[in-house]
Amino acid sequence: MATGAEQAGGFPVDPLHQFVVQPLIPLNIGGLDASFTNASLWMVVTVVAITLFTMLGMGKGSMVPGRMQSVVEGFYTFIADMVRENAGHDAMRFFPFIFSLFMFIFFANMIGMLPIAFTVTSHIVVTFALAITVFIGVTLTGFVLHGPRFLKVFVPSGVPLALLPLVVAIEVISYFSRPISHSVRLFANMLAGHIMLKVFAGFVLTFMAMGAVGFVGMILPLFMIVALTALEFLVAALQAYVFTILTCMYLHDALHPGH
Amino acid sequence: MIDEAMAQEAGELTTGTEVPADAHSSSFPPFDSATFESQIVWLVLSFVALYLLMSRVALPRIATVLEERRDRIADDLDQAAQFKRQTDEAIEAYEKALAEARAKAQGIAQETRDRLKDETERQRLEIEARLAEKIADAEKKIAATRDSALQNVRTVAVDVAEAIVGRLLGDNDRGAAERAVDRELA
Repeated sequence: MATGAEQAGGFPVDPLHQFVVQPLIPLNIGGLDASFTNASLWMVVTVVAITLFTMLGMGKGSMVPGRMQSVVEGFYTFIADMVRENAGHDAMRFFPFIFSLFMFIFFANMIGMLPIAFTVTSHIVVTFALAITVFIGVTLTGFVLHGPRFLKVFVPSGVPLALLPLVVAIEVISYFSRPISHSVRLFANMLAGHIMLKVFAGFVLTFMAMGAVGFVGMILPLFMIVALTALEFLVAALQAYVFTILTCMYLHDALHPGH
Repeated sequence: MIDEAMAQEAGELTTGTEVPADAHSSSFPPFDSATFESQIVWLVLSFVALYLLMSRVALPRIATVLEERRDRIADDLDQAAQFKRQTDEAIEAYEKALAEARAKAQGIAQETRDRLKDETERQRLEIEARLAEKIADAEKKIAATRDSALQNVRTVAVDVAEAIVGRLLGDNDRGAAERAVDRELA
């Protein structure tokens, strides 16, 4: 993203340039803009990386796992346990979806940490599409399994009758704001972290341009970049986890309403 | 989701008219709705591909490996439990055999002891009987000897008395001497 240096005037790095979606192969299928952009490229890279990781990592599928196989199996059991503990055993039929969801966000976040990479999850449209898919899927599952009884999810048990209209109103609003908080949390975390990294990188370049004195001033922002990079790796993993565990909890509501 | 895409298309048109030249760098890129459509298209494509790859190929494979391992471990544990059971049985059988052998050995020892005791007792009684017989014989012999000795004493006494009387008186009366000796001996 050092290409941003020449276009910004005073500040050597445009912190937002890394989020620009540029078409690589313009494509229009039946009026639908399906241009292959840098965002598309890194989505495909993410999918290919996950596929190679899970396929090659498992190798021959030996009884006593090697290092890579242990890691792949670790991801599997981690997500499987998460689904079982947070959404119940009957949620295991959605396990492939939740596993794919976690892996997609996790790998997209991690690949986004590569210096040349585009961070797929730093775009609200991507995170919102994932969140709304979960929201619609969970709501449909609830109605298909429980019919009108699913509406009990809006009526918490043990609330005094006088407070009930207020509580139900709050529950309905919180239910429908789920996809927003769900998507904005991931998007904002990824966006803010990457902007911060670029801003501190800009400071380093500014100080460097100042010559000998600048080299002293450069130390602090450089140290900050190192620290922030470590933090961003943590955030990348944590936000993938948070997104997935929230999905499990929403799914739990759909499978067992009125709890 | 198609409705959404259409709405975004409409949004794209309006932004397109407002900022025709440089839509990318002038606005905040993540909110640049002109890119929404292609991003959604490729997200759907890549995520569906990922879902199919995971659910059809990768996850069943991992699940199979994990299941096989779980079964194998369960089998091994079962086998270990069976071996342990067999070992316990063997130990039990051994201990039983040992106890039996010990009891039998004690029986044999007791029997031998009893037999030897009986034998000794019998021999002792036999020897005692023989000794008693010998003692009785000896006593009889002693009595006979004494009797004969006493008989001899009388004869000698009568002879001596007759001789003395004969020397002193010159009268040999054997009958009177015998009477006198018997009187004295009685």
